[in-house]
Amino acid sequence: MAEASRAAVHLRNITKTFPGVVAVDRVTFDLQPGEVHALLGENGAGKTTLMNVLYGLYQPDEGEIWIHGRRVTLRSPRHALAVGIGMVHQHFKLVLPHTVAENVALGLAGTRFWAPARAVARRLRDLGERYGLPVDPDRRVWELSAGEQQRVEILKALIRGAEVLILDEPTSVLTPQEAGELFKVLGRMKAEGHGIIFISHKLDEVLQVADRVTVMRRGQVVGTVRARDTDKATLARMMVGREVVFRLTKTSCSPGEAALLVEDLHARSDRGTPALKGISFALCRGEILGVAGVAGNGQRELVEALTGLRRVEQGRVRVLGVDMTRASARRLADAGVAHVPEERIRMGIVPGLSVEENLILKKHHRPPFCRAGLLQLRAVRAFAGRAIEEYRIMTPSPRTPAKLLSGGNIQKLILARELSGEPALVIAAHPTYGLDVGATEQIREILLRQREEGVGVLLVSEDLEEIMELADRIAVLFRGENMGVVPAGEVTLEEIGLMMAGEKRASAVAGEGR
Amino acid sequence: MKRIGPFLLERRLAPPRMAVFGVSALAVVVALLLAALVFWAYGVNPWRAYAEIGRGTLGTVGGLSDVVRRATPLILCGVGLALAFRAQFWNIGAEGQLLAGAVAASGVALFVRVPSPWHLPLMFLAGFGAGAVWGLIPALLRVKLQVNEVISTLMMNYIMAYIVEWLVHGPWKGPTMRGFAYTDMFPVSARLPLVAGTRIHWPTLVIGVAAAFVVAILLARTRLGYEIRVVGQSPDAARYAGINFTAVLVLAMVISGGLAALAGVGEVAGVHWRLRSPAHVSMGYGYTAIIVAWLARGSPVAAVFTALLFGLIFAAGDLMKTTLRLPFQITGVFNGLILFSLISSDLLMYWKVRLAGKEKAWTGQAGS
Repeated sequence: MAEASRAAVHLRNITKTFPGVVAVDRVTFDLQPGEVHALLGENGAGKTTLMNVLYGLYQPDEGEIWIHGRRVTLRSPRHALAVGIGMVHQHFKLVLPHTVAENVALGLAGTRFWAPARAVARRLRDLGERYGLPVDPDRRVWELSAGEQQRVEILKALIRGAEVLILDEPTSVLTPQEAGELFKVLGRMKAEGHGIIFISHKLDEVLQVADRVTVMRRGQVVGTVRARDTDKATLARMMVGREVVFRLTKTSCSPGEAALLVEDLHARSDRGTPALKGISFALCRGEILGVAGVAGNGQRELVEALTGLRRVEQGRVRVLGVDMTRASARRLADAGVAHVPEERIRMGIVPGLSVEENLILKKHHRPPFCRAGLLQLRAVRAFAGRAIEEYRIMTPSPRTPAKLLSGGNIQKLILARELSGEPALVIAAHPTYGLDVGATEQIREILLRQREEGVGVLLVSEDLEEIMELADRIAVLFRGENMGVVPAGEVTLEEIGLMMAGEKRASAVAGEGR
Repeated sequence: MKRIGPFLLERRLAPPRMAVFGVSALAVVVALLLAALVFWAYGVNPWRAYAEIGRGTLGTVGGLSDVVRRATPLILCGVGLALAFRAQFWNIGAEGQLLAGAVAASGVALFVRVPSPWHLPLMFLAGFGAGAVWGLIPALLRVKLQVNEVISTLMMNYIMAYIVEWLVHGPWKGPTMRGFAYTDMFPVSARLPLVAGTRIHWPTLVIGVAAAFVVAILLARTRLGYEIRVVGQSPDAARYAGINFTAVLVLAMVISGGLAALAGVGEVAGVHWRLRSPAHVSMGYGYTAIIVAWLARGSPVAAVFTALLFGLIFAAGDLMKTTLRLPFQITGVFNGLILFSLISSDLLMYWKVRLAGKEKAWTGQAGS
């Protein structure tokens, strides 16, 4: 145990249960100073729970936590910070209207009562320089990009003396370039002797940034390997417990008539600022068009404008050649526009209604489900039974409230509903976000099958790998503009990344959208 | 999972039916125990008081009929409110809608001459219409101008109460009433028949019970009911599904207000045979019906039974005034205590409570 005694962090046999689930099962994990140790696993594998134990948010049921050779009991994050452990959560915990310095000063021990942020600003500049994390302490947080906000979170932890930094899926909000910069910062922190725990489910970046990789599955550690002694396929096998096919079969595109034609589309955000500034593109039948971009560059507004949920200020939208520019949500749905919404629980289902009632939403007003204002329960049941079987929706019964289903099954329910009755166009927003590998694969297959049946699919996703795997062509949104449409087979991740950052337009093919 | 003292609390998303029933019953019992303290503070032995009430209301035909008579307007208002609550439209305005029905019915009774078999049906129809309009206004204010319906429906109650006040003191004041603030007595053709030997105006009761079943079917089996439930449970999903929010809310409130108004028709045509000051016409049935609907958890059929419970409390209030010399306001105390325990007990339905025993304590909630 010589190595363990030097360890910055040593977790021994940690177990943490929640009602009905063992979230973390006898996990042992160590982190050396000056090391990046990646924690890899699917959603629900227990990575975040384990780290919340280390950060003092959860008390373990069993097991010991050792920090620099001393056994500790961590009752709260404050306690964890006191022993030098900082965490950057996946969803930032910043006060948006406040400045960077104010955010950092908040709750910081030893700050003055008057003008606490002023002294902090100086220390922030010093730290920023040392680690290559430049931020302006006087900027307001809402003005910052996601990457800059992440820097603030990291600085917050560093200024509190964190020697160990836990990063929970840090690249999920970043462009590839921003991620590259983050990795450089991590390198510098490593050199200064900090230990970093890097939570991720992306294989490429784990191999790129980590020294060691610990893979978790269903609450248990599958194994710990040195990054340079392993490869993507091995890690994927450890993570999923079986072989994973990386490339889904994709036949070549046979563009028929346009399923969707968008010309010079303008729309405003909820705050009334222009969110879409003249978007144009065409989506063929039997094609998947991926829409990439960093979150908040107009994706949500585009989806809503195309599904009748947001006012179109200017421009034209045609579905199968019919003008649908300001059509209502119901008219679009009746015309065969399927919508798999981003917020699947808030918008995609009615949580308190049963699975079968949810399966007829949007079609509840038409035969066969409704005649003369009366719901046709027999038709509803028959349809629900078929949909549950076909889409393998795991539910105790068709009468179970939809809110009791798991995320993956809720998404399958939504797809079953939206894809019934032969849609002409599918608009899918983040269809696999937050789902485990099994459900993700199933949903991707469903989308590809739609494509083969001649349906046009607009796939909006923040997961670039997903877009690269599924889409025939890719459009990139940046600040409400289309940076161009490129064929997925002929573009590199770097090029897409530059387009996402607004630094490059696909000029050669920009006009092709028409 | 949380730990409080020796108890473990486990969150549950969908409480089973028995838990809902059990917790609601428990809330009523707790309220009765709290009310016992009020009796005791008045120097009345609580057990004697409850025994007296039991004998006086459930033990005699007269007492029972009084319970049913009091329950009749509560059924109609409660069913209407249950419907509005299912659309998550917090209609606090059943009192005003009830009075609107009373005014319209009185107008028809006093000033419209039709063949006598048509008189009462026309009164019910006019009443329903007036209540529908009174319910429709806050619905439109909400969807068009985002006016909070709790405030608007509550304020509309006062407007209608003062309209009634003005009518009975002013233009509709009965010349034969020697200065009292009543209208003239309704003609016989505008008076509801009673169950022999009681004061139960049975047509209103029949309409109320029928309405409960019709609304239950409406909610479960019709397109409108489905849309009401979707709008109530998830406005975002309703928007997503292209449901016409305005039409659904307006229709729900037309029915809700209309049903409350039928209660008002029943009161003037079945009990008073004239329009009089609002406090006499209604005794706060519209407000009590909020508790009726809440206790029924939005189920129209259950509202019939909860209305009977509150009919009992009203009848008990009459009794306590006469036999125990307690102020009639004691019914208000009862209602308040029941609503209070009900709202507090909501939490219990969503948490499963058991003794901790030897198991370890958990803190925080599941997540990964």
